Amino acid sequence: MKKVSLKTLIKASQIIGMTAMAAGVSIANAADDTIKVGVLHSLSGTMAISETTLKDTVLMMIEEQNKKGGLLGKKLEPVVVDPASNWPLFAEKTRELLEKEDVDVIFGCWTSVSRKSVLPVVEELNGLMFYPVQYEGEESSYNVFYTGAAPNQQAIPAVDYLINDLGVERFVLAGTDYVYPRTTNKILESYLKSKGVSEKDIMVNYTPFGHSDWQTIVSDIKKFGAAGKKTAVVSTINGDANVPFYKELANQGVASEEIPVVAFSVGEEELSGFDTEPLVGHLAAWNYFQSAESEANDEFIAAWHNYIGDEDRVTNDPMEATYIGFSMWAEAVEKAGSADVDKVRSAMYGIEVPNLTGGTAVMNENHHLSKPVLIGEIQEDGQFEIVWATDEEVEGDAWTDYLPESANLISDWTAPINCGNYNTSTKTCGGSAVAGE
Amino acid sequence: MLFAFVLYTVVVAGAEASPMKPNTALHAVAQELIDAGYREKQAVTERLTTIDDPKTLLFMQIMVEGDLYYRKDDRVVVIKGDDAVTTFFSGEEVTLESKRDIKKISVNNKLRVLLRSGIARLQIFSDDPEMRMQAAVNLLKSAEDLDQTTLEEALDKEENSDVRDVLLLVKGIRMLEADTEKERLQGVSYLSGSLYPDVRGALANYRRAAEADSRTEEIQAADEALKKIESLLSLNSVAENLYFGLALGAVLLLAAIGLAITFGVMGVINMAHGEMIMLGAYTTYVVQQLMPDHIGMSLAVAVPAAFLVSGLVGVAIERGVIRHLYGRPLETLLATFGISLVLQQAVRSIFSPLNREVATPDWMAGTFMINPALELTFNRLYIIIFSLMVLALLALILKRTLFGLQMRAVTMNRPMASSMGIRTGWVDALTFGLGSGIAGIAGVALSQLTNVGPNMGQAYIIDSFMVVVFGGVGNLWGTLVGAMSLGVVNKLLEPWAGAVVAKILVLIFIILFIQKRPRGLFALKGRAADMG
Repeated sequence: MKKVSLKTLIKASQIIGMTAMAAGVSIANAADDTIKVGVLHSLSGTMAISETTLKDTVLMMIEEQNKKGGLLGKKLEPVVVDPASNWPLFAEKTRELLEKEDVDVIFGCWTSVSRKSVLPVVEELNGLMFYPVQYEGEESSYNVFYTGAAPNQQAIPAVDYLINDLGVERFVLAGTDYVYPRTTNKILESYLKSKGVSEKDIMVNYTPFGHSDWQTIVSDIKKFGAAGKKTAVVSTINGDANVPFYKELANQGVASEEIPVVAFSVGEEELSGFDTEPLVGHLAAWNYFQSAESEANDEFIAAWHNYIGDEDRVTNDPMEATYIGFSMWAEAVEKAGSADVDKVRSAMYGIEVPNLTGGTAVMNENHHLSKPVLIGEIQEDGQFEIVWATDEEVEGDAWTDYLPESANLISDWTAPINCGNYNTSTKTCGGSAVAGE
Repeated sequence: MLFAFVLYTVVVAGAEASPMKPNTALHAVAQELIDAGYREKQAVTERLTTIDDPKTLLFMQIMVEGDLYYRKDDRVVVIKGDDAVTTFFSGEEVTLESKRDIKKISVNNKLRVLLRSGIARLQIFSDDPEMRMQAAVNLLKSAEDLDQTTLEEALDKEENSDVRDVLLLVKGIRMLEADTEKERLQGVSYLSGSLYPDVRGALANYRRAAEADSRTEEIQAADEALKKIESLLSLNSVAENLYFGLALGAVLLLAAIGLAITFGVMGVINMAHGEMIMLGAYTTYVVQQLMPDHIGMSLAVAVPAAFLVSGLVGVAIERGVIRHLYGRPLETLLATFGISLVLQQAVRSIFSPLNREVATPDWMAGTFMINPALELTFNRLYIIIFSLMVLALLALILKRTLFGLQMRAVTMNRPMASSMGIRTGWVDALTFGLGSGIAGIAGVALSQLTNVGPNMGQAYIIDSFMVVVFGGVGNLWGTLVGAMSLGVVNKLLEPWAGAVVAKILVLIFIILFIQKRPRGLFALKGRAADMG
């Protein structure tokens, strides 16, 4: 950049001004004219499959916002970095975004371990991050807004649906062996026991990342299901290990009517990788499905297809969470009259934006959203048919009530509590450090 | 004029109504289904299953498959077939202006259960014994919905002894709910020794009920019946685990055969071996894209295509890189690792980082049922056979062809082979190509089991080396025995150790084994081994 002459620079900025440049181009512009938006999603490595879509979503939102004239009269400028599915690199890239690029906000992360790696950096440098994926909870950072589902917005309602609507009495908790499934299953186990399900009727199973030989496990599930009680599988199996899992289910003839599988990590995007005919009737719990009927959703899908140039690309729940996060941030910046991190954060509380399923999402003082919970059945075309929804929005709970160590904890980042893990019985704050690494 | 018009409307109305007339009850229910939400649909569907109408069975079958639609403007019920849409009641073909003209009469799991049990109750009188068998097995799940007279009638009429046995089980399950102890115990005796999961479920429920009312004699009877079933099941589960083990072994074998040549015979540490598998899988994908109407045939085309693609890439790698590095294993390792990254990124750029969908032909789906508790999945069965065929073919090439002879000659004593007039350079290239091509074939098979994506090769590289080293470098039989025994050991450990621990235990076992026998199971003896 040093060698670029002043003339070309002026010329370049003129071109930008004239054509409202497409997103993705970053030219060293004076910091005052733009609001910088950091995008921290893996574009290579194992998580690229899921995270690239979210990068595109953020870029699309920025482009649309810039078409509307940007924010506070300034253009938004995306700064895209690639942490390459490498957890320590997430921390380095965050530091780079905050210190070198001086971004005003970051949209990023997918896996919990990447978020845990970013956390100390955003807290140290007082950054602002939006995290758009469903996760295990037990966390609330001053510097992070969680727009994905907490366990009480996905796992618990899904189990309630199984018990109340399908009459399930026996549960297989199957997951990939890492922090999100382990914590979620711990919460679910204790929740199920509180509902009177006995230890014998719960089977827990963990498999490594990318597990591909599911013969034994599916056969075990079949046997477990032959005990005269209605059985269901609650799956926190992550990523592409789901494809061979569902294939094996279909091959061994496990029908959704007999043993339904309800998944927390399988959405439209994951299903677009294979033939869904044998999976019809299996379930997923999310806060959004592409099939949701609302005007906002139709517009969003049309905009997405237009942006990505492919009519077959699907939309999914983390995309909606990104959409909500971005809309909230944009509104908070307008409300605060500045992109300054602290001002925006104070403006965030209580902000309402329409969600894509026809209601409104509200940001609470614990940095989690209130949003509806939906259950969908997989269809032949890889979409979900919504078969159940909560009557009203569910408030995200940062600290679950179903684990003894966090039952007394709440998070409230407004005065007078101002704490991410406030103990309601001892009336003390544990500090903003995250419990349970 | 007016008269003509009135006559016309009457005729038209009559024409429209006449095909519907015999279906009035069914037609009315269909109209109700169009408007009902899932909660109402349940009651409507329950009524549907009891309608006495020749078309009820067809209606339910189409509905449960999710092919039942209605036209939005006139609410006519239509069937959506693969290439045509026809009206349900009159069977006329309908032309649609847009896909949105029709809407699905959707079903959820609860409705499917109702429909399947309804279908079973009607199908039990079908002329086809296979249909009756299917119906009888379905009735095991909903025995209490069947009325006694229908069951007795079906039992009376049934000539096929297999179907009759299942119907007796249905009867047995119903008798568990009977009023007198004698009848209930007789029900238990019908069920004893049956392997159907639903029978076991029914017995377990019966036992719980007996326990609640503390009917000691019945608890004992149920326990005995369950115990008998358990002991049969445990036998079956040993057989099942063996089969799973062989299936896993076949996958390991397929992944490792190619490496047995490039690493085992030639001694090249080929880190790009997994990518050759990946290329084969992507070739399958491309072949399926080129012939979307012949998915059933696509695999037969994909096998030679994948062999060629991976084989040619293998020859290119050998000619371009590896031949300059013979005798320098560390550099070969690094160079081939680099090639593997290049190939992954190339695929990522050409096809996108997302996984590709490879369709499974119909003949690969389903199970081969030995008894209700032991079903062998077809896809694994084919892969076991296929892996053995590939191994046999390779053994044939090595032992019975001129190329095989030259190949063995070059690996055993290069200067001597060269002085006998063999162009050793080309033999090297072709050997490497053969190994890579076979990895490509493995990719075709693996595309049916797992994800086809840029990283898929990485999952197999470690396993492949493990098999080859364990089996004995340079020995095809060793590779076979090594792959199968690792597969079986892994699967026998898995039920009680879990997937993660089983894998760790197998790795530890191999490390210890290699300590004891560094040359693997079947070590080559003599000069070839010394020259290794």
